[in-house]
Formats: sequence, structure tokens, C-alpha cells
Amino acid sequence: MSQTATMAGSAPATSGEVVEARGPRPKPFFTPRKIVIYSVLFFFSLYYLFPLYVMVVTSLKTMPEIRFGNIFALPQAPNFDAWVKAWSSACTGLNCQGLSPGFWNSVKITIPSTIVSIFIAAVNGYALINWRFKGSEIFFAILIFGSFIPYQVMLYPLVMITREMKIFGTLQAVILIHTVFGMPILTLLFRNYFASLPQELFKAARVDGAGFWRIFFEIMLPMSLPIFVVALILQITGIWNDFLFGVVFAGTQNAPMTVQLNNIVNSAQGTPEYNVNMAATVLTGLVPLAVYFISGKWFVRGIAAGAVKG
Amino acid sequence: MQHSVSIKDLSLNFGNVKVLEHLNLDIAQGEFIVLLGPSGCGKSTLLNCIAGLLEVSDGQIFIGGKNVTWLEPKDRGIGMVFQSYALYPQMSVERNLSFGLRVSGMPKDEIARRVARAAEILQIQPLLNRKPANLSGGQRQRVAIGRALVRDVDVFLFDEPLSNLDAKLRSDLRVEIKRLHQRLKNTMIYVTHDQIEALTLADRIAIMKNGVIQQLADPHTIYNKPTNLYVAGFIGSPSMNFINGAVDGGTFTAADGTKIPVGAYDFVASPAGSLKAVLGVRPEHILLGDAAQGMPFITAAEIEIVEPMGSETLAWTKVAGVPVTFRCSSDIPLAVGDKVNVGFDIARGSLFNAETENRL
Repeated sequence: MSQTATMAGSAPATSGEVVEARGPRPKPFFTPRKIVIYSVLFFFSLYYLFPLYVMVVTSLKTMPEIRFGNIFALPQAPNFDAWVKAWSSACTGLNCQGLSPGFWNSVKITIPSTIVSIFIAAVNGYALINWRFKGSEIFFAILIFGSFIPYQVMLYPLVMITREMKIFGTLQAVILIHTVFGMPILTLLFRNYFASLPQELFKAARVDGAGFWRIFFEIMLPMSLPIFVVALILQITGIWNDFLFGVVFAGTQNAPMTVQLNNIVNSAQGTPEYNVNMAATVLTGLVPLAVYFISGKWFVRGIAAGAVKG
Repeated sequence: MQHSVSIKDLSLNFGNVKVLEHLNLDIAQGEFIVLLGPSGCGKSTLLNCIAGLLEVSDGQIFIGGKNVTWLEPKDRGIGMVFQSYALYPQMSVERNLSFGLRVSGMPKDEIARRVARAAEILQIQPLLNRKPANLSGGQRQRVAIGRALVRDVDVFLFDEPLSNLDAKLRSDLRVEIKRLHQRLKNTMIYVTHDQIEALTLADRIAIMKNGVIQQLADPHTIYNKPTNLYVAGFIGSPSMNFINGAVDGGTFTAADGTKIPVGAYDFVASPAGSLKAVLGVRPEHILLGDAAQGMPFITAAEIEIVEPMGSETLAWTKVAGVPVTFRCSSDIPLAVGDKVNVGFDIARGSLFNAETENRL
């Protein structure tokens, strides 16, 4: 071996002698690259976690303590009175039952909307890929175009449509609206996922004599768990967090949690109870938060699976 | 005579692209037909048309004497095996095999009987309860064949069934498919781009290019009497040696002036006067040393490259100014730079019209 080769394959050890390279190359922890990456990550997690910290801390304080002004300080005597009040006795407009009716309204809206929209979108995506019909590409293009139109433009026509259908101000109306507006993105998601599945599987099922629904339920659905999880997360969080459709279409007796939260926080009477407001806000955000925590891994996997093919 | 599969004047367009044009093909009962061609030649498309997975633009398809042009795949009496196996991943092998039968509402005991028979023929009984993910490539392809088998159909369609397997498994399964054909005597239509598979399996090979069948003949004819330059170049590995020149009566004159007597060649129709032509000679029809004696054309050549292949040796040289490869026994010691005599077996060669590229 020449002298240069030995030099290239060796690194000076701490004691000064030359250690011959062997096995995995040593990876020092403190390299400039790692320091930069971890500092940036640390900074941004603080940036995002701080508001949450303030909310939780404030909700555990009493009003006199809040008026004192140290919003970053830890509560002197943490108590959950504000949480209880937010859930069961805070006033939303004229009712003073807290957020709990809103929570159940949101459940009643979210579950059917999620199921109906995902089912229809899955069938759409499956049909668009595997049962191409004349104009299916144009149909798909129009559907995607739908996702670029701002909701506000369609709000008034939709109010008129639901009124004519005699369902305005009911749960059915808001479920219908959520299903319609979930359609473009969900169809795109399912279409791309089904496009990534091998076409020969579909052909084999056709040779075996299976029809539209049979192939859908027995062949395609069992293979689509990852994309269903993605669709579930998108729909549950999206519908749960929705305010606009809830306030317009659901009617006051069916107002979802977000609308009632707004009524609590923005109530004009009395002094604003910041601790109750904070507790109510965290309560409202709990469902999407839980969904993300439980399914984060699935979410990433499914998004990656759905994004492969166009 | 009743044809098993009959394709009449079939055309298929994707938009403005003509994939198949006025294609005709008659396949006898029990015949093993291989559709051979490079990717994009329309061979898989043709198979999909026969299966009913693609709608034809024009023409008719008959299977067992019945016009099936408008029928669904399941009603055509076909079974199909795909390149990617296309096994239903969430079903066990047994349920994969029985899926089509369950769809058609067959009685349970009949399903069990057929699955058992297919499993016995393909020797996959121990695998029946496994999921496809737990099978090797060869086992998966066997299950895929079994899925066609249980349907008890007249016609088997294979779409490059061995292309995803490694070389060893491929040759094993090739023999197994041949054995299966001898046992079942079904009509089989087999698509491949592998000429070895085509030559070993087929009763007749249809060589396709740009959606047109170039030659439809038994493997021996395809190999020894290719109908045009394309077929000659496509079949054979290493491929046929081609020398450009002109033919006039019994003499072929190469581009560099070398005269090669072709009186021994069996002309389809003897050309009148001088004609630009291409002489094609397969590597094994160029003989070396003593064996070259008595050949119509013998010339001295210098060895440029030697490729020992174990059972034989491939050698490269130059004849008439063109690189030429020939095959010889590996017992003959050859070295680069050796001066040898090579003889062309013209009677087994091919002559093509340089313009129409058709066999002379």
C-alpha cells in the first residue's frame, strides 16, 4: 500500500497515534450540522408549545390570580373549577349548560359526515381509476376544480338549496354540506391511492367474474386501510374544527362545539372569565389533538402511500 | 375445422394511436401459441382484448366457435395468469383459488373438489392456508396458474408469467408449464418478450411488431427461415450476422467487393437481375477449420474477441469488412489474433431484399 492510501484510511486518535480505519466510521454527536438542526427544532417546538402552555396554565388559575397579570407564571393553587364550569355551566348566549351540548352536537355531525363522505369518495376514486367511463377525466377535473373555489362564494346558493330541500337548520343539512365539501380532496386521495394499487389485481378479479361492488368490497377495501386512516383524520379534524358551516346550516339547537365556544368566549355580558375561556378552548381542541396523537404514524404512512401516483 | 380461438380483422386504437390494425389469427384446439415481440408491440394488448379486459375498436373475437366480442371476461371461457401474479393479498391461497368459483355461486363441495385438483396438479397443497405475502415468487406464480386452472376453461392466457422470476426458477417453471399443457391439452396463448420461452414452449410463434404479426410459424421455421429482416434479427442470441451487398444470380457481392456464391441458397423466388440484398448467417452456421471444408464460401479471418460460454465459445472476427460472430465448440483452443479459416453454410443462411426487408 502506498503512503497516500494509508493517510486517507486513517484518522489521528486522541493520543496522537494513528488508528487504522475499521468498522463503522465514528459519528461524533456535536457536529455543527447537528447543533444547528437541534437548535432550530428546539426553538420551533417552544414557539408552538408556548401558547398551549399559557392556555393550560391560565385555565388552572383563579380569576384574581389571572388579573394579577403574570400569564407565564405557574398557578399558585391549581384547580379544575374553570374546566367544570366550561363543560357544564358556562353560558352560551341564553343557555347555561356549558359546552357539553355542543360536544354532543359535534359528535352527531362529525360521525355521519365522516362516514358518508369517506364512503362516497372511496367509491368515486375507485370508479374513476378502474371503471373509466367516457368523460371520467373531465369529471375528475371538475371535481378538483371544486376544491379551489372559496366556500364563501357557494354559501348563499347552498343556503337556498337546503331551504328548498326543507332541511335548512337541521343536522341533515350540515352533514350534507360537509359531505359535499369533503368530496374533492377525498376523491383525489382515494383515486391516487387506487391508482397505486396494481391494475392486474383488478383485471384478475374481473376475469374471476367479480362485479363493481364485489371488487370494491372484497378486493380494494381490504387493501386500503392506510388511506382510510388518512381520510378519517382529515375528515374528523376538519369537520370538528369547522365553524362556518356549523353556524350557517346547523341551526341554533344543533350548533357544534366550535360555535358554542365562540358564544362563550365572545359573550358580551359580565366580565370575561379567562380561565373558563381557556378551559373551553382546550376542551374543544381535545378531539383533533387526540386523533393526531393516536394516528400520527398511520397518517404519515398513508399520505406517502396516496401521493405516489397521479 | 373448428378453431379454438379466432381473431378476425381486429383493430384497437387508443385515441389516435393505432395499437392493433386488422389483425387476424386462428388458433387450433389445444395449440400453444406464443405472442413474441419487444415491449410496446401490442402483444399484451392483444391478449387483453382476447380476455375481454379491453374493448376492441373493430373486428371480432371467437372462442370455441362463439362470438365473444361483446361478452364479459368471465363469460368467455378463459383463465388468465398475470406477470405480477395479481394474487389477492388479503386472501389465503385457498380463497384466492376459489374466489372466482365463489363469485359464480358454485356449490361448496364442487369448489373444494376443484381446488383440491388444482392444488394436486400444481403441488401447492401445503400452501393452501398461507397468505400470498408468505410465498416465494415461484409459489405465487403457481397459485396464479391454479386460479386459472380451477375455472376449468378451454383457453389459458398467460401475460409474461415468468418475467418477474429469476433465471433458475424461470427455466423450472417453463418446463412445468409445458408439462401442464401436455397434461391438460388446453389451448394456451402466451405472451412474452423472451425468445427462449417462445422457442421452447410454442407450437407456433407469432412475432409481433407495431401491432402487426410479422410471422406466424412453428419455432423451427421461425428460427431457420425468418420471413423478414426484423424476425431474423429478433430471434437468436447472439443474433444473426448481416452482410449488406447485392445479389445477382448465384453470387452475392458484399459492400466491400467480396464475392460470396449463394447458389446453394433456396430462393423463395429467384430475383431477376441485380438486387440490393442482405445476407444473414447465424453464428452456428459459420464453421471453423476442417468443418469449413466443402462450404460454398471459405475465407481467412483473424479472431478479435473470444467469449468462452462454458459449453461453447463465441468468437468475433471480420468477414467482408463487417464484424461477424460465430459459435464453436469450447474444445477448440482459440486466442485473439489467431488466423483461421471460416466457412459459411449458405444453404442454411437467409437472404433479404434490402428495400422491402422481405426474404428472397
